[in-house]
Amino acid sequence: MADRVGIVAVAQTKFDQKHEEHLTETLVRVTKDVMKQTGLEFKDDGTGIDSTVAASQDYFGGLGGIHLHYAYTVGAYKRPDDRVEEDGALAVAYGAMQVLSGHHDVVLVIGHIKESACSKNQVENLGMDHVYGRKIGLDFVAAAGMQAMRYQHKYGITPEQCAKVVVKNRTNGRNNPLVMYANGITIEDVLNSEMVADPLRALEIKPNPVDGAVAMILASEDKAKKITDKPVWITGMGMCYDHHELGYRDLADCDALVSAAQMAYKMAGIKDPVKELDLAEVSEHCAYQELLWSEGLGFCGKGEGGKLIDKGTTSMGGELPVNPSGGLLSGVPLCVAGIQRVAECVLQLRGEAGGRQVSGAKKALAHGVEGPAGQLHCVITLEK
Amino acid sequence: MAERIAITGVGQTHHKSKRTDVNTPELVTEAVEAALEDAQLTMKDIDFVVLTSFEMADGQYLPDLWVVPEFGGVGKPGFKIQNAGTSGGVAAGAAFSYAASGMFKNVLCVSWQKMDEGKGAFGRGGGGLSEYWQSQIPFSPITNFARRAFAYIHNSGCTEEHFGITRVKQDQCAMKNPYAQLKLGLTLEKVMESAVLVWPIRFLHMCPSTCGAGVFIVSPEKQAKKVTKKPVWVEDWFCVHVGGAFTMAEDPTLSTLRYGCQTVYKRCGITNPLKDIQAFEIYEPASPAELRWMEEVGVCEDWTAWKLMEEGKVGIDKEIPFNPSGGVTATNPIGATPVIRIIEAALQIRGDAGEHQVPHTVNRALATGYGGQGENVIILLRKSY
Repeated sequence: MADRVGIVAVAQTKFDQKHEEHLTETLVRVTKDVMKQTGLEFKDDGTGIDSTVAASQDYFGGLGGIHLHYAYTVGAYKRPDDRVEEDGALAVAYGAMQVLSGHHDVVLVIGHIKESACSKNQVENLGMDHVYGRKIGLDFVAAAGMQAMRYQHKYGITPEQCAKVVVKNRTNGRNNPLVMYANGITIEDVLNSEMVADPLRALEIKPNPVDGAVAMILASEDKAKKITDKPVWITGMGMCYDHHELGYRDLADCDALVSAAQMAYKMAGIKDPVKELDLAEVSEHCAYQELLWSEGLGFCGKGEGGKLIDKGTTSMGGELPVNPSGGLLSGVPLCVAGIQRVAECVLQLRGEAGGRQVSGAKKALAHGVEGPAGQLHCVITLEK
Repeated sequence: MAERIAITGVGQTHHKSKRTDVNTPELVTEAVEAALEDAQLTMKDIDFVVLTSFEMADGQYLPDLWVVPEFGGVGKPGFKIQNAGTSGGVAAGAAFSYAASGMFKNVLCVSWQKMDEGKGAFGRGGGGLSEYWQSQIPFSPITNFARRAFAYIHNSGCTEEHFGITRVKQDQCAMKNPYAQLKLGLTLEKVMESAVLVWPIRFLHMCPSTCGAGVFIVSPEKQAKKVTKKPVWVEDWFCVHVGGAFTMAEDPTLSTLRYGCQTVYKRCGITNPLKDIQAFEIYEPASPAELRWMEEVGVCEDWTAWKLMEEGKVGIDKEIPFNPSGGVTATNPIGATPVIRIIEAALQIRGDAGEHQVPHTVNRALATGYGGQGENVIILLRKSY
């Protein structure tokens, strides 16, 4: 990339069920937090925050254009305010693009969702095509079940290897005070949990419902250096669509993620991700996905995701720790997931990740995904 | 802006209230193919896709996922943006940003709405309303524009007939637009006879439910000049969202349209909008709104637009070329509507609007997107630098 975009502040809520809090209150807390960290305010003369980009979902809020109604509560009133209705990583990418286009210098990016207000599988059923997918009752978990089946069948990935991902991430999550599903479970616990969508068991699926929000401020290189002495730079971005119709792809592979990763690596000049990256925060809505996405991201060859976890490469202390934060399996809301992955990378690169810190982290990768069986991927690389 | 950008191709569907012959992806593909043909490009040339539709009016969660493969978007980078009524406007802004970064050659902006499959009224009724009190009362775009129209009568001294005259003018323009949905051959009597929904809004004053799509291609300067001999330059764009403005203590008539236009005019050195801009495509979801929008865009003094309308000074070949396409009261595929405004404005600049082409040279054209209770996106296009 010609210019660099800096992330100058991040804030996250605790990820739990916020039955007694309106989503606007959650939003205000994270937004005020990043504004306090940077001393920036909403301004229309170019001396503060120029624009807002949000990630949220109408169907989960039950309101058409939900963000239109919530933005002003944080002070984003009478100003540019866009909403990306996808995984939050894509909102970060668009925020960065607003800066790279030269149209804005300082952009607030927020991700918010209240899963507890809605039935996730009902909404996701509405995300399948009208003609076929919706009528046979498919949702994203059922689609993931089919993908897991195909992936395990084609490459001999074992249920134990998938269960290891859950154990690793929930163990990592114990060092993350913001997640509430991090506990000391064993492989047996995972393999004995209820079957949800064969071969996926309950503990292999991202806990639901979880509510929360994340905010961050992006700035052009010049401004970022003035705002903070610890900017984290976005060095590469890539995204890619795959087929919607599950039968049109080989679900055991993730071609769209390969393209998205290559696009980001090319921008960032990364040739060997395992050697060059110090950590990755990957969106595993289900356990097998961390293995499959690791293949797509080039952390190992095709079909080698199982060996990768067996070798311990992706554990804390391994060559490339994946999801030191505990990942989605420790309980992170969908949609917020992507921006939260970026936020976790920022904390790591600033050396502020507390008990989950990867020592000496200089380069990190954040990944977000949307759609059934990973239809739309987004990869963002970051550097200290 | 890092790079100058230009629109190199546009395409839209023939808009209809129902399209039971196609599904959403097929509908969208019609417009994508039209835009590609217009630019003489193929999907191979497209290196980024921005999509938008107002989800709830489609009745589909993440409809982009279903739509993308149909027109050949598999393997392309892209994403969907959505902000209810302004969806098309913010999506255009996103496409402009991606093109202006200089990192992509041909950015495809794809917008649509298929309202025969979703619950449009539900989507619109819930658009940006507080679940605590606004959605508990019958507050919808109809009541919103009734409130505005009522205030307009009160402040300007016009009569209900002036809204009817405005509707007839809109219909006369739409009659000349091959893509418009409602071409009714209206007379003032017909409009005044139509049922009152919420006074002074009558049935014929409100925009229809529409199935339709609008697509354009935008490129950085060098590429744009390669693609077309008639690039339409994007001079500036500005999004003004206010969210729950109606509930704010501030004067509710303080318009985002006025503020947005003033911001863009200032940045682009426009001092006399009616002189400096030769065609206007403004998102007016109800016919009375067009009068107030004319004033807020700055083509006439406050509370005088109705007189100009009465005197017949507004129209395709008139002093004030406001909504030559027939506008939104004739055609409203919500998510696509702001993009269609941009497409129509671009066609006016190119001189390719056909029967509804304004007769004079259009050096600059203004397009807007409206949504919620008063959200606006303002887009200024120009013929040359």
